[in-house]
Amino acid sequence: MADKMKVKITVNGTLYEREVEPRLLLSDFIRHDLGLTGTHVGCEHGLCGACTVLMNGEAVRSCILFTVMADGADIKTVESLGTMEKMHPIQEAFQEKHALQCGFCTPGFLMTTVEYLGKNPNPTAEEAREAIDGNFCRCTGYENIVEAVQLAAKKMAAHEQ
Amino acid sequence: MKPAPFDYFAPTSLEEALEKLTDLGYSGKVLAGGQSLIPAMNFRMARPAALVDLNKVTELSYIKPTQDGGLAIGTMTRDSAIEDSEVVKRLFPIIAEVMPNIAHKQIRNRGTFGGAVAHADPAAQIPALSLLLDAKMKIQSKKGDRWVDAQDFFMGPFMTVLEPEDLLTEVLLPGLVPGTGTSYKQISRQRGGYAQAAAISKVVMDGIKVKDVRVVLFSVAETPVLTKEPVRVLVGQVPTTEAIEAVAEYVAQNECDPGTDIHGTAEYRRNLVRVLVRRSLTEAVERARK
Ligand SMILES: Cc1cc2nc3c(=O)[nH]c(=O)nc-3n(C[C@H](O)[C@H](O)[C@H](O)COP(=O)(O)OP(=O)(O)OC[C@H]3O[C@@H](n4cnc5c(N)ncnc54)[C@H](O)[C@@H]3O)c2cc1C
Ligand code: FES
Ligand code: FES
Repeated sequence: MADKMKVKITVNGTLYEREVEPRLLLSDFIRHDLGLTGTHVGCEHGLCGACTVLMNGEAVRSCILFTVMADGADIKTVESLGTMEKMHPIQEAFQEKHALQCGFCTPGFLMTTVEYLGKNPNPTAEEAREAIDGNFCRCTGYENIVEAVQLAAKKMAAHEQ
Repeated sequence: MKPAPFDYFAPTSLEEALEKLTDLGYSGKVLAGGQSLIPAMNFRMARPAALVDLNKVTELSYIKPTQDGGLAIGTMTRDSAIEDSEVVKRLFPIIAEVMPNIAHKQIRNRGTFGGAVAHADPAAQIPALSLLLDAKMKIQSKKGDRWVDAQDFFMGPFMTVLEPEDLLTEVLLPGLVPGTGTSYKQISRQRGGYAQAAAISKVVMDGIKVKDVRVVLFSVAETPVLTKEPVRVLVGQVPTTEAIEAVAEYVAQNECDPGTDIHGTAEYRRNLVRVLVRRSLTEAVERARK
């Protein structure tokens, strides 16, 4: 068994200092060690995007990163977005547009959208479709999700004013 | 879907990384973006005894213009950094055109240029680009440095000239002749999916005739293929529609070796090659004329 390593990782604003096995996937660190089960795991080999989180502001797949690779990083998960009482504009947009049914894929779509809209605040439908090309949804279908991404952009623009 | 245990080293300098790789020999493996290696480890198709993580070796991440109008790209430069780079767009529009087709944004945020070259996936874009652009690979180890041409670098599927103690540190792209036209065409099942077949062309015109041409195929043989027929037939000639069609037909029949899988038969892929070579050559010629 390989020796455990010390890591310091900030997740949703809290600094965690933990000892982890080098082989521990970042997705498992987030879900099992920290108990933040909002990040979902679908395929565990980089295909589906359910496990998407932000690492230093960039969307990444947490199932194909080792926790030790995130030493010193700033991680944001879906729990950082909103609360039941006060949702994030992207969450509101997904709800209003019925962009989820089972919700399994949703945390990944939300985190992908956070990074994307930060850089492209006013996407066309085609651009919104491209933005989510790395996330699978197996039950809702993509039409409503594309609309939700566009509505989210409008809501966020309004928030900023 | 959990990787087997391994020893982990995270050097912070190139020197230290080379030292570690020499110490570890066959039991060591380089970890770059991890976007191919970690999925393989999750499946336990790969079970390296020790990983040497390059993510803290910041000196290996750069995009530097060179004297001849080319670029030196540090192996750890992320795909997304290349995709967003203005200097890449200006000097090598073909790279900017290809990048968004590689996997998805979340993967390009971590995957590295050098990692893709070293991985040598026959279905990958970056090895093919390096062949098209006549890249020189800088390989370093404790024993010393050497340069290997892209043409001599890829040995087979996922096989290169790299030895266990070697590190690919830089990909050097010689500058393009002014007026070079380039074009990329691929067919995949969905955006970001691996290409079932793809062709990249590069053309230099001299008046109405072709002065230089290069067509690279990938995903249709064990390594990317630098085709011969376009050079043999088109150089010094007017690239008419008929000439381009004949070249595309020849290349599809004789210069690739596609396999059959659940996504398509070998015959179907040959047909894709014919169509993609025609489209990319035609567009590259048009762009070279402008
Ligand atoms: C869902 C999914 C879809 C994908 N789709 C595509 C696609 O369409 N096209 C495509 O081209 N790729 C695709 N990829 C692969 C992705 O682009 C990888 O990032 C890339 O191929 C490897 O780069 P990396 O930096 O992640 O390398 P790693 O995974 O870290 O390493 C890959 C291999 O190269 C070796 N290596 C890495 N760097 C060096 C070095 N400097 N010196 C010596 N050896 C080294 C490693 O030891 C390992 O064997 C996809 C990946 C996933 C998960
Ligand atoms: S669980 Fe990470 S991509 Fe599917
Ligand atoms: S909402 Fe069920 S998979 Fe997307």
